[in-house]
Amino acid sequence: MTRTWRHKVFPYVVVVPFAIVLGFPFFWMAVTSLKPNVDVYNPSKTWSFHPTLASFGFLFHHTDYLTWLKNSCFVGLMVVAITLAVALPAGYALARLAGHVGRSLGVGIFLTYLVPPTLLFLPLSRVVAQYLHLSDRLWALIVVYPSFTIPFAVWLLMGFFKAIPQELEDAALIDGCSRFGALVRIVFPISIPGILTVVIFTFSLVINEFVYAITFISSSTNRTLAVGVPTGLIRGDEYNWPGIMASILIASVPLALVYNGLLNRFIAGFTGGAFR
Amino acid sequence: MTAVAASGGSRRTRLRYVTERRGVLATLLISPAVIFITALVGIPLGLAIYLSFTDATGGSLTGKWIGIANFRTEWHNPIFRNALWHTFLFTVISQAVVVLCAGLLAHALVRSFRGRWILRFFVLLPWAAPIALTATGWYWIYGAGIPEASVFNWFFVHLHLESGATVTNWLGTPRAAMSSIITVQAWRTIPFATVIFLAGISSIPQEVDDAAAIDGATGLKKFWYVSLPLQLPIALVAVLFGIIFTATDMVVPYILTNGGPFNSTQVLTTWAFQVGIVSGNVGEGAAIALFMLPLLAVVTVAMLVFARRAEVT
Repeated sequence: MTRTWRHKVFPYVVVVPFAIVLGFPFFWMAVTSLKPNVDVYNPSKTWSFHPTLASFGFLFHHTDYLTWLKNSCFVGLMVVAITLAVALPAGYALARLAGHVGRSLGVGIFLTYLVPPTLLFLPLSRVVAQYLHLSDRLWALIVVYPSFTIPFAVWLLMGFFKAIPQELEDAALIDGCSRFGALVRIVFPISIPGILTVVIFTFSLVINEFVYAITFISSSTNRTLAVGVPTGLIRGDEYNWPGIMASILIASVPLALVYNGLLNRFIAGFTGGAFR
Repeated sequence: MTAVAASGGSRRTRLRYVTERRGVLATLLISPAVIFITALVGIPLGLAIYLSFTDATGGSLTGKWIGIANFRTEWHNPIFRNALWHTFLFTVISQAVVVLCAGLLAHALVRSFRGRWILRFFVLLPWAAPIALTATGWYWIYGAGIPEASVFNWFFVHLHLESGATVTNWLGTPRAAMSSIITVQAWRTIPFATVIFLAGISSIPQEVDDAAAIDGATGLKKFWYVSLPLQLPIALVAVLFGIIFTATDMVVPYILTNGGPFNSTQVLTTWAFQVGIVSGNVGEGAAIALFMLPLLAVVTVAMLVFARRAEVT
């Protein structure tokens, strides 16, 4: 009796405090975003104030926020397209390529994901400016971002493709399909849930990226969200904190909802990937 | 007419015959990824190494070869020495906190219970939200340079843990600033580590659990002798991930303190950015960034070893 009771309570005792601590910053951001700008620095108005949506209006009408949102989405979609075009075939081939070569190649591609942007941004900033002539252009980001999205995507896709039984393709081959045809007609359609997961995580890697974006882009209208919000929402010396908090919440909450929905698939891809 | 058709047909069949060979098709499918990665990771890495031996400055990709002078200058620079130490502290402390919290959380979240979906949503939030944005949010939570405005100080004052006259300047005093950035880094890494730990736990087959139960293993004993050893490899992979992403990331320190006050939170990455981009000494900045390579190499080898073990389970 006490055992089952303890069993039932244990998750709440652990998870509820963590949810409160981890979620608190977002709660405080939400509170701040509803405050009138004049009250934000006043400790006596920490909780008692007249809530207003003025900060959202400020954000949409008096800042480049929507442009940054659009830029982030544009770069995100382009990078997702490039990543899928390159990583889908590679992930499939690595999943099916048995033996030593396939395994080492897979591990090799994955390891490049560990080479950090902070190590590469100095030479890349010169390459972007001098050879590609893309300084301060969104295309600089679109060209460079696949360098970390492809290894990550190949790795996840490899896991998803390994879960598809080889017999399915063999059956298609016997029925007269070419190997490539089997790939396009049989393998890709059943992998759509996995591919969708890769799309979401690639997109969010792009939205998250900061180091390259702050190095390559200089003008406000070409910024992405990750750089625009920390650097661009300051008027002179004045921070509009309610507006900044609103801008963070608008970008974060939808992503978190999607993550929560896709979590189980992500786990499946992770455990089925390079480590299996 | 027929000849053309025939030759076209034979070329097609030949092409088809070639692509049916596994080796050829595999090479075709993998090479774009390999080329892309070589061009955008391999070559820049080589360039970074080359630049670190030159006196290249902003606006150029070449410079005079000056041997190891950049490395020597930085090695004798107290700011750099401190940055190395700060990187170590920042990484080790934040990741130790992460392992403890994520381990606990994962064991609770793996059960199914009422309200799990919404609680898990809050736990995942710090991971899903773009870190550059949430770090900006934290900047405000810490008071954004005005200690009285920090919500933490409101709590502390009202719990009578500090007096309203002398509130902590979370980002403006060296020791507090270091703790503050470590807190944020731990906060943002916990969800990811939890997810990977969850993956580790769910990869244990139900049979193992049942067998342990039949043999009389319960509670902590089962955890220590059965569950833990089986999850360990994948958990270690998560830890190594965390170490790499913390030691080589600059978003949190850059946005919260930008290395200040008085370089007290300067880490390798912010210092490389400061020297290489802000001051324009590309060669020297590259040399600073390259000090991350030995760490990367060690962690990578460790990861490969553990990943191989993970395969066994």
